[in-house]
This record gives sequence, C-alpha cells and structure tokens, in this order.
Amino acid sequence: MGQLVERTAGVGAGLATEDMILNIGPQHPSTHGVLRLRLVLDGERIVSAEPIVGYMHRGAEKLFEVRDYRQIIMLANRHDWLSAFCNELGVVLAAERMLGMELPVRASWARTMLAELNRVLNHLMFLGSYPLELGAITPIFYAFREREDLQKVMEEISGGRMHFMFNRVGGLKDDLPAGWLDRARRTIHAVRGRLADIENLIHGNEIFRARTEGVGVLTTEQIAAYGLSGPIARAGGVDFDLRRDEPYLAYGELGDVLRVVTRKAGDCFSRFDCLLEQTRVSLDLAEACADRLAALPQGPINLRLPKVLKVPEGETYAWTENPLGINGYYLVSRGEKTPWRLKLRSASFNNIQVLGELLPGHLVADMVAILGSMFFVVGDIDK
Amino acid sequence: MTTESEQQSEQQPQTGPASSDPQREPRASRDFPGMGLVKGLATTFKTMTKHAHTVQYPDQPPELPPRTRGVIALLEENCTVCMLCARECPDWCIYIDSHKETAPAPPGGGRERTRNVLDRFAIDFSLCMYCGICIEVCPFDALEWSPEFEYAEFDIKELLHEKDRLREWFWTVPAPVALDPGAPDPKEMAQAQKVADKRLTAQKAAEIVALADGGAAASGQPERSGPGRSGPAGGAEGDG
Amino acid sequence: MPQFPDAVSNQNMTNWFLGSFDTHIPWWFILVVIKAVAAFAILVVLTLFNIWYERRVVSFMQMRIGPNRVGPQGLLQSLADGVKLALKEDIVPTNADKPVFWIAPLLSAIPAFLAIAVIPWGPAVSIFGHWTTLQLVDLPVGVLYVLAISSIGIYGIVLAGWSSGSTYPLLGALRSSAQMISYEVAMGLSFAGVFLYAGTMSPSGIVNAQQHGWYFYMLPLSAIIYIIAMVGETNRAPFDLPEAEGELVGGFHTEYSSLKFALFFLAEYINLVTVSALAVTMFFGGWRAPVPISLWSGANSGWYPMLWFMIKLLIFVFVFIWLRGTLPRLRYDQFMAFGWKVLIPVSVLWLLVVALFRQLRNAGDLDRAHAVPIGIGIAAVFLLLVVALEVRERNQIRRTPPPTVPDYEPLAGGFPVPPMPGQSAPAVPRRPQFARTAAAPAPALNGTTAEEASTR
Repeated sequence: MGQLVERTAGVGAGLATEDMILNIGPQHPSTHGVLRLRLVLDGERIVSAEPIVGYMHRGAEKLFEVRDYRQIIMLANRHDWLSAFCNELGVVLAAERMLGMELPVRASWARTMLAELNRVLNHLMFLGSYPLELGAITPIFYAFREREDLQKVMEEISGGRMHFMFNRVGGLKDDLPAGWLDRARRTIHAVRGRLADIENLIHGNEIFRARTEGVGVLTTEQIAAYGLSGPIARAGGVDFDLRRDEPYLAYGELGDVLRVVTRKAGDCFSRFDCLLEQTRVSLDLAEACADRLAALPQGPINLRLPKVLKVPEGETYAWTENPLGINGYYLVSRGEKTPWRLKLRSASFNNIQVLGELLPGHLVADMVAILGSMFFVVGDIDK
Repeated sequence: MTTESEQQSEQQPQTGPASSDPQREPRASRDFPGMGLVKGLATTFKTMTKHAHTVQYPDQPPELPPRTRGVIALLEENCTVCMLCARECPDWCIYIDSHKETAPAPPGGGRERTRNVLDRFAIDFSLCMYCGICIEVCPFDALEWSPEFEYAEFDIKELLHEKDRLREWFWTVPAPVALDPGAPDPKEMAQAQKVADKRLTAQKAAEIVALADGGAAASGQPERSGPGRSGPAGGAEGDG
Repeated sequence: MPQFPDAVSNQNMTNWFLGSFDTHIPWWFILVVIKAVAAFAILVVLTLFNIWYERRVVSFMQMRIGPNRVGPQGLLQSLADGVKLALKEDIVPTNADKPVFWIAPLLSAIPAFLAIAVIPWGPAVSIFGHWTTLQLVDLPVGVLYVLAISSIGIYGIVLAGWSSGSTYPLLGALRSSAQMISYEVAMGLSFAGVFLYAGTMSPSGIVNAQQHGWYFYMLPLSAIIYIIAMVGETNRAPFDLPEAEGELVGGFHTEYSSLKFALFFLAEYINLVTVSALAVTMFFGGWRAPVPISLWSGANSGWYPMLWFMIKLLIFVFVFIWLRGTLPRLRYDQFMAFGWKVLIPVSVLWLLVVALFRQLRNAGDLDRAHAVPIGIGIAAVFLLLVVALEVRERNQIRRTPPPTVPDYEPLAGGFPVPPMPGQSAPAVPRRPQFARTAAAPAPALNGTTAEEASTR
C-alpha cells in the first residue's frame, strides 16, 4: 500500500482525487500462487500495471547444471506442474538429438499419447479455474472429475499423478501395463462425453460471455512482439502450433487428426473457447495414438543406455508445444555427465509479460478475467 | 521471440487446409437471450439428482495401481551397501551407514571374506521428490515402490524414516503388473526363445543333411521325422 | 418442580405461569415478547440450517457429499463452525478506525433481525388461550419499513469497508453501497405494482388480498424484477460483487475475523431469509396454502400456514443456492448498467401498464373481454421491441467489415518487427538463393534444424 498522505481536498478546482496503489498478490486468490501485480488504480480503472515476478524462483536452470540427465527430468517436470510430462519431453528430446538416438516406434507413440493426455489434464484445470475466478464455483468440480479419471490413467502407467517422471533418455521408463490402452480409451471416451457438461454450464452463459467477450483483446502485433504462444496466441489469430509446423514425436503422422484450433477475436472468451476446443482435439489425438499403439508390432519402448550417460559436446535447441505454449530447452554440453548449460524458455514467462500492456484501461474485475485467461502457472514464470 | 513469429508467418501459406476454424463462430449464431443461463441451471440441477463422485476417504480407501509411487520400501536383506541410491538421489535424502565385517575362512580352506553390514538406512521423506531414481538404480532390488501413503506426521522431522519402518513397508509392495502385448518379451523368455530357435534351425539343417544322405536309399520312411522333431522342442522347454 | 393443575386448560396454565411473576403484566406484552423471542430463535436456527442447506445442495450440484459428519446428516455442522468461529483470534488492523470497526458488524446484523418483524408467518392462532396473529407487528406501512431497515444494513457494510483502513475492503464497500442503493430503487418500483393491486402497504393486508390468486400470476414482471433485485440486495451470487473473492479477496469483510466476521455472516443469511420471506409475502401468497392443498378447508387456519410459509421460504432459499452454484459473477459496471438501464426502466413501464389497467378497472370501463386483447396488444409491442433490438444487433454483427491487412512495415514503431499473418516479408534482393527459399517457406522451415533455429 502506498504511504498515507494527508491531503486537503477541494480547494478551488473541484475534488482532488488520488490514484490508489493496489497490490494484487503475492498472495491473492486469482493469481494461483505468488504472482504479484502492482496496479495503479483510478477508482476501479487500472492506470498502469506491472507484473512483479520471481517470488517462486527456484533456480531451476542452475540446478540443471549439477544434475545428470535422469535427475534433470525430475527437476524439469516441476517448473510447470500442470504439464509435467511435456516438460520432461523437451529435455529428453534435446539429449536424444545430441546423442543421435533413434527412438523406438512404440516409445514415440506412447510419448505422444501421454503428452496429449497431459495437455487435456492441463486444459481441464484452466477450464475449471477460469470460471471459478469469475465467480462460478461449480465448473471446477466438473473439470476435476475428468482430471481425476485421467490422472488415474496416468497413475496406472507412470505411478505419479502430477510429476510423472516417466520419460527417460531413449524412451519411457516402463512399458504399458496390460489392458491399459483399453482403459485409457474408455476414459477418453467418458471424458469427451462429459465435456458437454462444462460447456453447457459455462460456455454459453450470458454472464460469462459478458465478462469475457471483448475484454482483454490481444492484437496479433502484441502477440508477435511479446512472443506469446500456445492457446493464447492462437486465440488471437496466430496460426502457429509446433505439433504441426515442426512435428516432433509422432505428430507428423497425425496430420489428419491434429486440428490447430484458432480464433480471431483475441479476447478472453476466445482464449477460453480455444482451450475448450483444444481439449477435444487432444482427446482425439490421444485416442488415435492409442489405436496406433494397439496395432504396432511387439517392440521395445526404450533403449539400453550406458551406465554413465554422457552427452557429446555441442548444443541444440529442443522446443515442444506445451499445453501453455512453447517450451524450449537450449542444451549446451561439454561432453560431461551434466549439461554445461540448459536454458529454459518457458511459456508462461513470456505470456504474462504482455499484462503490463494489456491491463491498463480495464477495470479491476476485468483484471481477474484477463489474468485467468492468460493461463499461466507461477512455477513456469519464475522457474 | 523473433524466431518464433518469423516462423509462424512463414508458415502461413501452408496452414490453409490443416488449420480448422471452429465449426461454430461464437458470436455469429446467438441463442435466445437467457438460454445460456437456463442451460447452466439445468446442468447443475441434473447433477444434483445424481450420485456424488467423491468417496468418503478414511471409510473407503482408494484403489491404487501397483505402480503408484506412495512410499519407498526397503528390503534390508538385499542391500549390499553399494551406495548407488544415495549417490544418484537428486536431493541426497538417503542416509546410509555401514561397517565392514570379516567372516573367518571356512574350515575346508580358502580365505576370509569381508562384507558390508548395513547399520543405518534412512530416507528423509520431507526432502524426497518421489522420482524413483534410487529404485531404478538399485542393482539388487532392495528398494521398491509401495502404494502406501498414510504416513503424514505433525512434525516435519518425523518424516525421516529408518530402515525398520522402511522394511515394514516392504510387505505392502505389490507384484509388478503384467505388460501390454506389444511389449517385448522378458529377458529370460527372449533368451530361451533364442536358444530354441537356434536348436530348431540346427535340427532342420541336420534333417536336410540326413534327407539328402539317405534320400536315395530310404525315401519311404515317413515316421522318422516325428521323434526327430520332438527332441529339440523338449530340450528348449528344459532350458526355459 | 411445581405441580401442574390437573385440568390443564390453556387458560389455567397461563394463569399459573403469570402467577409466578406475581405482577400484572398486560397480555399483549407477554405475547409480543414470546413472538419476538420466537422470531429471533427462528432466524438464528434458520441461519444455521441455511448454511448447512447451502453447503449440502451446492455439494450435490458439484458431485460432492458435503458436510455429513457433525450430527445427523451433518446438520450440526454450522453450529460447530459457529463455535469455532467465535473462539478464533480477533484481529483488528492497526490502520483501522477502532470504534467504527466495532460498530459496523452490529450495524449490519441488528437491522437484519429487525426487518423480519413485519412478516406475517401465519393467520391468527391461539397462544395460551389468546388469539393473536403470527406476526410481531402489523405496521400499516410494513413494506416501507422493511425497505428502510434494510437500507440501514448497508451502513454496516460501508463503514466496515471504510474503517478497515485497507484497499480491498474499501473497494468492496464502495461497490456495495452503489449496488444496494441502485437495486433498492428497482425493488421499490416492483412493490408499487403490488400496492396498486392490494391497496395497502401492510404485509398482512397484502397476504389477505392474495386470497383469490397470487400476485405472481397477476404481476409476473414485478415478481421477476423483485427476485432479481433481491439477489442484488443481499449481495449473493451472481451479484456478490462486494465480496467477490476472486478480485477483492473478501470485499468489505476482508479484515474481519472471529465474532465480528460471524456477525456479517449472520447478517447475510438473515437478509437472505428476510428477502425471501418478503418475496413469499408479496408475490406468492404469504402463508396461504398453494393450490392443491388449499382445496382442503383447514389448510389456511391454525398452525399449518406457518408450514406452508416455511416451505415456500426454503424453496426461495434453494433458488438462491442454485443460482450461486451455477452462475459466474457479473462485472460491477455491467451490474449497475443492468440495474439502471434494464430493471428500472422496465419496472417503470410495467408500473405504467399496471396503473393503466387498475385505473380502467376501477373506473369500470374495462371488463374481462377487453382486458385480454389489450394485454395481448401490450405483450405484442414488448415482443416486437425485443425482436427489433435483436435484429438490429444481428445486423450490426453482419455489417462489421472484414479486417484489412496493412502492408508490412519492417520497422513499425521504431524496432524490427516480424511480418503478421497475411503479410509477407519482402525478398532480400542481394541474395537470390535466399529469396528462393523464402518463396517456398514450408520446406525451408522443416529443413531447418533446431540448432539453426536457435541461432537465427
């Protein structure tokens, strides 16, 4: 809070008004964690906004430098705790590329499937939490029902519910349990069917529409200038998705299932809408992967690694389309057990930078709508 | 950042067919005002009449899959104090103490042997990140995951569990799951298969040679091939 | 324990009861005290019940079970929570204006209790042999009294926000004062129709006037406007802006804790009961039995009406809960716009129509045969208006021109920018082989390795 200033009001030219400084966070219900926004308010209108990040800085990049590649996987799945699997993926893709490994076919399909299931998990979280921030308390429970069912599937294969730790350089940790594919497919069906509940509950709701349509419009220029990515960028008409534009894993062969969901408006509603539609696409993709996995011949799901894994000298940049946007790892190796440098480009960090430009002119209530629709994870911002 | 946006714009011409616009443009078709609210109210009302999805936890324990990473259990007898787990742990939460013991030389001759005896094996679960690397590296399967999860404490210090407690948890370790039919056969099966295949081909080769040898003299002996083929199959079973 | 007289008639018992006081307290006074205590008790118990009811119903809507541990079906949960709340540490912020900070919760809770005084819970019944109506006081301007008292409650909220010496409560208080004042107008206007029909402002008079039909059927628009306004008036979802937890943390009560917070909580739930009771009284026949039951002649006498009243009340509370379980919160300015630009003009127009009808009816110029076509005509005009607005809006959507893509400017805004969708970067003239790859971008990109991409 700003200092208390004694003022004499209304001498001559009308009533003196004063801007109020409002700190949203670091502990505030709508920042899901410890993001802090320093707002200057004129009444309820925001004059300027400054995101202050770093409350959850854990020095991930520095820690990467003193961990071997298996240990890095464990650390990497923690910066964005809602997309753990996709985070691991970037690390192992980078290491595999440097090692020149050829991934077993089954591993590639299984990874694609798990990455898509992880994307659904992530999107469901935001499909539930966004209405919650706007005051609708029920959708999050519907979203969590689906999340629980999907997490059960993920737990059965990986043993974890959030931090899956299932990728290894050269494949996956374990093979699929018997019958898992069928159970996964059944769950995908059920989740797809019940998504209608969330949609009926909130998607067409007039109040929800009024709160989100035309609010927080991101122009294509802003998206490009700030390097926004993921559903936020696509909702603003930027048709860019690494899964299609620079296919990794098995995405190259999923061209007929993979639809890149774009919207034109760039407002909060189109971001939500984009997320909802992407969830459906991801379910389709996961199902296609399951079908493919069932049809594949017997084969390994990982490669045998040397006792001490050393990545040859060199550098590479591996980026993946994470649920929240582009997640990239720039790996520099000097031939050691540990990377010399592993730079992390996280989606949320870039995505929230635009808030300083986006928020001014909006109301405090809109701030909540915009903040929620930016779909960020604080760990992903602060790393 | 520039790179991404450059690529994104370069991609434009290619994106035509692959990118799909939404089937329903949100603002073009508008329902009657208030329909959205009614739909929402109907959804919650419908849900209200259905059974709850949650369960009453302590009364109804959750069903956890065998791979669940609940707690790390230790089979003390298998541990050789090789320290691999403690060294590979990303946050060094495994504490191991040991001493060497010398076994006297057996009476029939030979030399005396030293072996490591485990004094302390403790895992600090307040630090543990549940990554499972220790279990992965253990060469003698002394560490395993157990789905047991009810070991919360009021004090964080109490989460440091010694080998007795870890040994107790080992009783709760489930059997490993069966794998997908797409998975490669286990090592032992694959090896046995290899041996069997080798013998089969050798047998076949021998048969061909035998046929070629005795083909002119004894071509009218069909019953010979029967016992001849069963031999190697039995041998393969014995190997397995 | 004193012995009861053998033949326990009501009269005897009360005589014994009064005898123990050994004074001559007038009967009306004793009855008023009994009724006041009963009303107070009912409100407190209803609050405890409603909290449980809300948590339970919302849980079912969210596929949960809800509180079910304390007492049968968890009914005593709110009592346990209340005790816990009262025993919590009471924090007063340093910046707070202490006396006002103290008074505010009282100012919020006391009027909430007072408002219930004029609500008739039933017809005349016999209490200890004396006939009395189940209503604490039957003021001739009872409804105005409710409006007036509930306005005082706003002071509690405004002062709470102001005295906390903190930003979130201040914003919450400002919102709530504006909100409640605006919705009070719509509320008052919706009552005006009822007054015109009933010819009285006394709640019991209004209930009596609904003997032959609820005002909900005669004045549906008034009833709907009132129901919307009452949600706004009680700060309940979807109009819970003063305490919007996503934005203002707790709104006006952010800095409150322990018993003081409990008082705000209590006030909110009592207001919920009050406005629901008022809705039942004004538009849904008060304590009168609903149609199938009212065929039974005994339905509207004795203590039964209180049962009907409670059932109606709880249905209203359910609607409140249902709304809360379903709807997101409106934005403050939208909410104000809705109040001033929709509810108030519509109520004024509606009032005009009602007044016209009443006047024609009273003057005897209008019989049923004429009333129906006139009603249909008015409805048609309304419908046309709605359709016209809708069509206009749709046309506007259609008329918006497609966005035009401006030419690519490499240094727009003074720094290098990439081309936007629809634009393309001009080919670099001095390196023809590069221009060729730019013309066919897709293979060029897929051919690029990640290493190259990162160093570009």
